[in-house]
Amino acid sequence: MKAWEVRRPGLGVGGLLLRIDWVLVILLALTTAVGFAMLYSAAGGNIRPWAGPHALRFGAGLMVMMAVALIDIRFWLRCAYPIYAASLLLIVGVEFLGEVGMGAQRWLKVGPLSVQPSEFMKIALVLALARHFHALDDSEANSVPRLLLALALIAVPALLVARQPDLGTAAMIGAGGVALLFLGGISWRLFALFGIAAGALVPAVWYGLKDYQRDRVLTFLDPGRDLAGAGYHGFQSKIGIGSGGEFGKGYLEGTQSHLGFLPESHTDFIFAVISEEFGLAGGLFVLALYLAIMGYGFAIGFMARNDFTRLLAFGVTFTFFLFVFANVAMVAGLIPVVGVPLPFISYGGTAMLTLQIGFGLVLSAKVYRDVEMEEDASGRPAGPGSIAAIR
Amino acid sequence: MAGVSSRTQLIRRRALLVGGVQVGLIGLLAGRLVQLQVVEGERYSRRAEDNRTAERPLAPERGEILDRRGRPLARNRETYRLLLVPEKAGPIDVALDEIGRLATLGPTARERVRRAVQKQPGFEPVVVLDDMSWEEMARLSLAIAEREGIFTNAAQRRIYPLGPAAAHAIGYVGRVSQKDLERSDSASLLRMPDFRIGKTGVERTQDETLRGAAGTRLMEITSTGRQRRELGRQEGLSGETLRLTLDAGLQRFAAGLFGKETGAAVLMDVRSGGLLATVSAPSFDPGAFHDGIADRQEWLSLAGDPLHPLSNRAVSGQYAPGSTFKIAVALAALEARVVSADQRFFCNGVHELGTGRFHCWRRGGHGHVDLFKALQQSCDIYFYEIAQRTGIDRIAAMARKLGLGAATGIELPGEHDGLIPTKAWKRKARDESWQVGETLLAGIGQGYVLATPLQLATMTARLANGAHAVLPRLIGGGNAPELKIDRRFLRIVRKGLAAVTGSRRGTAWNARIEEAGFEMAGKTGTSQVRRISRLERRLGVRKNEDLPREQRDHALFVGYAPADKPRYAAAVVVEHGGSGSKAAAPIARDLLLAAQKAETAAS
Repeated sequence: MKAWEVRRPGLGVGGLLLRIDWVLVILLALTTAVGFAMLYSAAGGNIRPWAGPHALRFGAGLMVMMAVALIDIRFWLRCAYPIYAASLLLIVGVEFLGEVGMGAQRWLKVGPLSVQPSEFMKIALVLALARHFHALDDSEANSVPRLLLALALIAVPALLVARQPDLGTAAMIGAGGVALLFLGGISWRLFALFGIAAGALVPAVWYGLKDYQRDRVLTFLDPGRDLAGAGYHGFQSKIGIGSGGEFGKGYLEGTQSHLGFLPESHTDFIFAVISEEFGLAGGLFVLALYLAIMGYGFAIGFMARNDFTRLLAFGVTFTFFLFVFANVAMVAGLIPVVGVPLPFISYGGTAMLTLQIGFGLVLSAKVYRDVEMEEDASGRPAGPGSIAAIR
Repeated sequence: MAGVSSRTQLIRRRALLVGGVQVGLIGLLAGRLVQLQVVEGERYSRRAEDNRTAERPLAPERGEILDRRGRPLARNRETYRLLLVPEKAGPIDVALDEIGRLATLGPTARERVRRAVQKQPGFEPVVVLDDMSWEEMARLSLAIAEREGIFTNAAQRRIYPLGPAAAHAIGYVGRVSQKDLERSDSASLLRMPDFRIGKTGVERTQDETLRGAAGTRLMEITSTGRQRRELGRQEGLSGETLRLTLDAGLQRFAAGLFGKETGAAVLMDVRSGGLLATVSAPSFDPGAFHDGIADRQEWLSLAGDPLHPLSNRAVSGQYAPGSTFKIAVALAALEARVVSADQRFFCNGVHELGTGRFHCWRRGGHGHVDLFKALQQSCDIYFYEIAQRTGIDRIAAMARKLGLGAATGIELPGEHDGLIPTKAWKRKARDESWQVGETLLAGIGQGYVLATPLQLATMTARLANGAHAVLPRLIGGGNAPELKIDRRFLRIVRKGLAAVTGSRRGTAWNARIEEAGFEMAGKTGTSQVRRISRLERRLGVRKNEDLPREQRDHALFVGYAPADKPRYAAAVVVEHGGSGSKAAAPIARDLLLAAQKAETAAS
C-alpha cells in the first residue's frame, strides 16, 4: 500500500474535480458547439436530425469522460493490456457478427447502439503502448523481444481493420502506433530501418486494396480522372471551400451544402460547410481551436511525472491530431478520400466517444499527477486501485 | 532540468519534435485553405455559382394570324390543364384512378401519362388533362385541393377559328420533333415541354416571325436539377402578329363550295397577287395536332387516307391544265405572229399529222373557226394548228411569262413547279427528241404539261390585269414587275374569254354571272386522266359518268371578274369532276361573285 500512497491525502471527489483541467473540457465543449451549429445548418436550419443528438451524445460522453478522469490512473495502468485485448476481441467479433455499412464491415450492434470497435482500438493501442514503454531504460526499450512485441501490438489490429476493409482507420492505428514507438524511445537507426521496410510494403498494400479504394487513390493523384464518379466528392468539396472566400457566404447560406452538391455534409465533409459559410476565418478559427486542445494535451504530457502518463497524453493528443489532419486534408483535397470524421464536429457517435475516453485518460493523468507509480513493469498486479485507496 | 532522468528528457525531446511536426502540418492545412479560398477563391466561386444556377427559357407568346380585315385565323387561348408530379403523387395508377373518378380519363390518355412518367425525372409535372373549361378546372381544383402532387394550371393553346376551312393555308402547330430540332438553332426554346412549332402552312413558313424570342429565367437548382426558386427573369419577346391577304369569309365560303368533291380553288386579287382564299379539299382539323402523341392514331388515319387530306392541292397538286392552257398557246401564237386574230381554220373534228389522228372534243367539228370562236367554243383543231405553227419552245416561253412551269414562291410549304416542256427539257429528261405530235398535245394543255391551281390563278391574274407580272402571296405587298406581253394580244384573248360565259355558244354560258357589272370571263378545261384508244373511239367514247371515279376527267376553270374591269381571278380544279363547265365553272362563279359582293359590302 505504501508504495502508491498519495502525497496529499484527503482529497474527496470535489477536490479531484477541482484538479480536472477545465479549460480543456471547455475547449472540447466549444468545439462541440461549433459542430452543433454546423449540423443545424447542414439539416437546412433544423435541430433534427443531427444537431440535437450531437449535443446529447456529447453530454453523455462527458459523463463517461469525467468518470474516466476520476478513476485512479494506476487502475488504467493495470488495465491497459486487458482493455487492449478486449478491443482486439471486439474487432475479431465484427468479422463474424458485424454489419456491413458503406461497403465495409465495421459496425457491431449492441442493443440499440452501433459501435465501431476499430475506433476504440485507436485509444486502446495508445494505452497498451504507453504501458509497454513504461518504466524502461533505453536499452530495455530497444531490446529485440520488446520491439517485436510492440510491433505485434500495432500490426495485429491494423491488419485486422484493413481487412474489414477500412483503410483509413487502419492507417490511423498504424500511424498512432508508429508515433508511440518513436516517442517511446526507439533508436533512430531502428526507426529508419522500419521506414524502409514500410516503404517496401507499399506495392504489396496496393495489390491488397479493393477496387474502390484504388479508385480513390488514383482519383486523388489525378483529380480530373473521373469528375462525375469517384472524383465528384473531392471536387465538390473543394468548390465548397474555395467559394467561401475570406469570410464565407454567411451562416445557413452555403449553396454547395444546402443544394445537395456536397456529399456527406453532416459527417466527413462538414469542414467544407464551415469553410463555405464562414470562409477562411471560420476554417482558421476551427484549426486554432484544435491547436489549443492539442496544446493542453501536450502540456499535460510535458508535466507528467512518469513515462506511462507522459506517453498516454502525447499519444492521445497525437491520435486527436491525426483525426483533424486526415479529415481536413481529405476535405481540402490534399489526401485521398478516407472515412475520417472531424472530431467533436462531425455527426457520429463512436469517434466522439473514443476521443472523450482518450481525453478522460489525459485528464486522469493530470488529476492523479502526484501519485507514485509502481516502477515495476513486469505486469504484476499492483494492488487495489480505487478512489477509496487514494483516500 | 535537474533531477530529470535522461529517459524522460528523451521522451520530452521527441514529443517536442512530434509536436512541432503536428503544428507544421496544421500550418500546411491553413496554407491550403488560403490557397483554395483566397488565391483560387474566385474560380471556385464561379464553379459554385454554375452548380447552383441554371438558365431556363421562358416561352414567348406565339404571334396571332389575322385575315386582311383583322379577323383571327389563328390565335391563342388560355386553356386549363390538370398536371401530376410523379414523385409527389404516389403510385401512378392509384393517382390516375383518383382523377378518373373526378373527370373522364380515357385509356389512351392514361397510357400517355404512364409513358411520360417513365421517361421524365420524378419532379417534372406531366399533363394529365388538357383543354379543360374554366368551370371544369374550378371544380377539379376544389376536389384536389388537399391532394399532394396533383394540381391545375393555365397554358396557351393555339386555336384555329376557321378549322378545316383554312387548314392547308394556315397550317397547324405541334410538338417539336427530332427533325425540327436538327433544323433549328434555338434548341433550348424548342426543348421546352410546352413549346409548339409550326408544322405546315403559314405556321411553318413564318414560324420564326410568329415564334418571337425566348426570355430566360435564372433558377436556383439542386444537385439533382430540381428548381428551388427564381433568381431573376428576362421576359421574352412575343411573336409578331401576322396579317394575311386571306379573307376569312371568302375562305370559309370557298371551302364550303367543294362539298364531297376533292380538288382546289384559289382566289386572287389580280392587281396585288394577294390570295383572298386558297382551298384544298378534302381537309382536316388543324387543332387536332396540338398534343402530337395523343393524336397519333388520328394522324395515321389522315396520312394513310387515299384522298390525301393533308396535302395542299392548291400548291402541290399538279394537273394537266387542259383547255385552260389555250390562253398561253393563243398568246404565244399571236406574239410569234404565226396567226392573226381573224385568220380562220376549218375544223372537221380531226386533225391529221402523218399517220396520227388528233381529234376535236366535238366529233362533228366546229366548221370555220377564228381565234375568238376557238376560245369561245374551245376548238381543239384550231389550237393543234396554231400550236404546230408556233412550236413548243415559243409556247413554253409564253407559259413561263404567265407564271407557269416554276414555283411561284408563295409562303406555303410543299409548292411544286408544275411542268412546261421544251425540246431541251425532253432531251435532258427523257433523252429523246421532241415530236411534233407532242406540240399538238401541249397545244390543248395535255401531254407533258402540268400546272398547279395556284399557277393557273397566277396566269389568269396576269392576263386579267394586263400589265403586271403579279406573284401570288399571302403576306404584305410589293410592286410586281411589268408583264412583257403586248397588251393588244391580251385584249384579244380576254375578248374570247368574255364570250365563254357571255355568249350562248360559250362553253361556260350556264355558269355565267347574270348580275350586271359583276360578269365573269374565263376558260373551261377538262383534262384527261386516261388515254382514249383508237379502238375505243371507234366503238364510241364512253361517257365520263359511266367510268369509275378515278378514271373520270379532271374539271378545271380559270376566270376573272368583272369581265370588263378585272379585280379578282380564280382557278378551280375539281378532281374527276367531269367537264370543266359543269363541275368547276360554277365554283369559280360563286367565288368571284362573292368576292365582288364582299368588296361592295365592305366599302
